[in-house]
Amino acid sequence: MDYETPVRNWLCKIMFRQDRCRSDPPLSSAQRLRGFYVTFWQIMGFGDQGWAADMLRATVSTCTIALCGFLFGGVIGCLGCWAKLSRYSVLHWLADLYTTVLRGVPDLLVIYLFYFGSSMVLTQVAQSLGVNGFMGLPAFLIGFLAISVVCGAYQIEVLRGAFGSVPPGSIEAGRSLGLGGFKLLLLVVAPQALRFALPGLGNIWLLVLKESALISVVGMVELMRQSQIGAGATHQPFYFYATAGALYFLISLSSSHLIGRLERRLSLPMRRA
Amino acid sequence: MDWGFLSDCLQRLLRGVPLTLELAMFSCLIGFVLAWVLCAMRLSDRRWLDYPARAFIEVFRGTPLLVQLFIIYYGLGQFAWLRESFAWAYLREAYWCVLLALSLNTAAYASEILRGGVLSVPGGQKEAAVAMGLTQTQLWRYVVLPLAWRQMLPAYGNEIILMVKSTSLASIVTLMEVTGIAARLVSESYRPVEVFICAGALYLTFNFLVTRVVMLLETRLRRGMQRGR
Repeated sequence: MDYETPVRNWLCKIMFRQDRCRSDPPLSSAQRLRGFYVTFWQIMGFGDQGWAADMLRATVSTCTIALCGFLFGGVIGCLGCWAKLSRYSVLHWLADLYTTVLRGVPDLLVIYLFYFGSSMVLTQVAQSLGVNGFMGLPAFLIGFLAISVVCGAYQIEVLRGAFGSVPPGSIEAGRSLGLGGFKLLLLVVAPQALRFALPGLGNIWLLVLKESALISVVGMVELMRQSQIGAGATHQPFYFYATAGALYFLISLSSSHLIGRLERRLSLPMRRA
Repeated sequence: MDWGFLSDCLQRLLRGVPLTLELAMFSCLIGFVLAWVLCAMRLSDRRWLDYPARAFIEVFRGTPLLVQLFIIYYGLGQFAWLRESFAWAYLREAYWCVLLALSLNTAAYASEILRGGVLSVPGGQKEAAVAMGLTQTQLWRYVVLPLAWRQMLPAYGNEIILMVKSTSLASIVTLMEVTGIAARLVSESYRPVEVFICAGALYLTFNFLVTRVVMLLETRLRRGMQRGR
């Protein structure tokens, strides 16, 4: 019935925390601490005015886009690795150019290129079909493309290094057993190469996770963008960005733990001893 | 391709170069000093020094730079006591916030590189130095640091390149460095490919120069080894 009062109380609290007069007596540190906890849990809780559900939903979409980008980056990485190892120098040269450029240019610039580039191309295509107006790709697609293109460049280098460290003796052994082409790759080379590549791939995953925060500039609602929205609505930016930081920290901590376990699981029996 | 537009574009982007380089250079220098402090804390036997440094490094390596930047630039302004303190004169400016965020971030990454380099010095070398009667200062000056440098230089070069790339985040908090100018140029002219080529070429040049300098230093540091062979 009287649902306005809590909202007003809450707003007053924010206002008072925000715009205390200079003539007011300064808060004691205990008061300050209590004020911090009260407002923090009101804003970040699951209650009526709490943003917890939104933040968690945004965390899921951060993980989704990072994972999609990482997996498609893996496809690019495999293709690029194949191009780098191929006997055609054109392919080799192209792959070299790709990795040099994408690893030397800021990720933000790549995101901007995809953002403005895709809308320019789409608008022109639409105009040639007789439709006027501004067109653009959905933000998720732009983020996904940008992340996977950058991540692919890093993965090419890691995968190529891993393929290089597969002992030639085991490839010869596979050949002499009558394995050829795709079967040799699948049964002999890939399992060993992936084992070597795992630490590098783990690092790239952590990099991609942190890079996904940049997608917020094109307006995709992931963790960073959601925090911006929340910070704008409540005027409590510190709580939102600190929470976002904690969530990113939690994801990267748990994923590096998982990667470490996987590495130990797949490590060679000799190394384990 | 429109060469006139390209050169015009390059000229406007060049105006952002000093800011980009300034940010990268200062943050690398401050970060380098901080990294040695953190590295010393991590290597000390005292837990009350080791644990805070470890926590700092984990937090700064586990969160995106953008989050750190936003906490410093937007988040700190939430606290009234900070807004009344002397630090607010600096924290109000985007430039100092970016510099602070970049320095703290690179300090966390670089301290692990430095620690790896120092730990890679074989114990036998240190023992030999002590047996020859070198003091602690001489031990670090003539034995540990030269060997550690050689080990950590390639990784440190990568870190500097990452820093040059990271300065692009300054454009998100309104600083007009190369990426910021590029974004404005694109939204003015709607020609993203040309602008991207120019800005990308600038960044590639910086990174190429960094790689060259690191390679020169590396050959210089390895000269003793090659003569010995």
